[in-house]
Amino acid sequence: MKILVGVKRVVDYNVRVRVKPDGSGVALDGVKMSINPFDEIALEEALRIREHGQATEVVAVAIGPDEVQTQLRSALAMGADRAILVKCEAAVEPRDVARALLAVIKQEGIGLAILGKQAIDDDAGQTGQMLAALWQRPQVSFASKVELKDSVATVTREVDSGLETLEVDLPAVITSDLRLNEPRYIKLPDIMKAKKKPLAVTDMAALGVSLAPQFKVLKTEAPPQRARGIMVKDVAELIAELKKRGVLS
Amino acid sequence: MSRVLIIADHDGAHLGGGATRCVTAAGKFGAAEIHIAVLASPAAAIAAEAAALAGVAKVLVVERAENAHPLAAVLAPQVAKLAAGYEYLIGPSNTFGKDLLPRVAALLGVGQVSDLMSVEGPHTFKRPIYAGNAIITVESPADTILVATIRTASFPAAANGGSALIEAVSTDAALPTHTRFVSLSAAKNDRPDLQSAARVVSGGRALGSADNFKLIYTLAARIGAAVGASRAAVDAGYVPSDMQVGQTGKIIAPALYMAIGISGAIQHLTGIKDARTIVAINKDAEAPIFEVADVGLIGDLFKIVPELTAALGG
Repeated sequence: MKILVGVKRVVDYNVRVRVKPDGSGVALDGVKMSINPFDEIALEEALRIREHGQATEVVAVAIGPDEVQTQLRSALAMGADRAILVKCEAAVEPRDVARALLAVIKQEGIGLAILGKQAIDDDAGQTGQMLAALWQRPQVSFASKVELKDSVATVTREVDSGLETLEVDLPAVITSDLRLNEPRYIKLPDIMKAKKKPLAVTDMAALGVSLAPQFKVLKTEAPPQRARGIMVKDVAELIAELKKRGVLS
Repeated sequence: MSRVLIIADHDGAHLGGGATRCVTAAGKFGAAEIHIAVLASPAAAIAAEAAALAGVAKVLVVERAENAHPLAAVLAPQVAKLAAGYEYLIGPSNTFGKDLLPRVAALLGVGQVSDLMSVEGPHTFKRPIYAGNAIITVESPADTILVATIRTASFPAAANGGSALIEAVSTDAALPTHTRFVSLSAAKNDRPDLQSAARVVSGGRALGSADNFKLIYTLAARIGAAVGASRAAVDAGYVPSDMQVGQTGKIIAPALYMAIGISGAIQHLTGIKDARTIVAINKDAEAPIFEVADVGLIGDLFKIVPELTAALGG
């Protein structure tokens, strides 16, 4: 079985993004870029499944401009066998990402797709579910535990009320939550090895996907700031202040 | 005139808090009618609660055995059928809606607005990106059904007092059997629901152990609060994952939020910025939580929390 893992290039987790003064977007010049953290977790899970002998190959797929090759090389260094870049300069909405991933899935004969549950840039959280719908296959979003047996996946997911376990027939789409695993660190020799691994470049047209963006972003602004609060010196003052504000009686 | 269809969240017995907030959001679209779809089994009690919400014109009930558990793959084809003729299709941005709505949107051949936080016009909406560090205004074409998840913390719950028509409907959607419910392990406790509680007390990594979290539970019980936690506390295994507050956990808007031993990573702050009053108790005066706190107290939580609990004792 081949596993597809989605890889998105995003502003690094530790960067505090700033909105451009003209409201045209967030400032990305010179900002550190990384693999979306949820995608690293997705990749780690795929690698573990392969290491358990339940998959033959892990293929990392990204969509975006040439610079995304940096993140695909990181995915290869982590342990992916191959990478595919779907070259696309334009911003791509989740539905078009799902359409492109589906085209790759069909080409490659993928048996399991693992994606991050959301990307930490647009926080949309849609691609996995949309891919599963278009593929007409099961989805398990927000996964915190995955077990494969024959062609069935038993997956535990983090839901608002607790932990839900589902059983799905493969092929399927799984989206990773934070506690699915802890991704491995990349070692220097792996970076060298990754340079020799295959990285194929294709594009939307070659996959037969024409972009169909639906939404127009009119404005980007900074969120309203909370007014600076006050400090109290002890518990008695704290309680008095909360009573004054009417949040404790 | 345009109409809104809300897909109700529920726990199998009662209507979820997300649906009540969706009703308030739906009222902002300027639509003529707001309908709620309840897909459940059994559905009568949930439908009755939905029908009692002020502003709702009709409740559509799809009661069938396959709807006993909220499986997106099973619900989505039914919802896609129900959506015919509506201009807006929305659901709460909780794990139910986040799982289901994108699947429905894809079946309908459209995109989705996630975490809709305000309605600027009939086709113009605001939503947060980058963990709430930026807000974008997006425009959706007027001739396309808008599918959106609603950021529940941005809208108050709708009041009761309505008496909507309840209509049993069936769809001819073919339902897959490739996805099967196995189990749900929900923590059983008497505490208020984290997502709708007026007061929330949260603990962080500084608590140091699951056992020490009792301090938080005791204080919360004293003031009738729900209990939350930072990601660090969940990752450390002090509390279960359903208690996590933040970008990837629950986004909440209580009247009172007490952050105890939580440093205030940006991902946590995004989950609480709609709280009316934020209290921070932390021994590190430089902790970022103090930048957003309305009332801050610097000190050792192991001394302050028992003292606070005792002082509120009666």
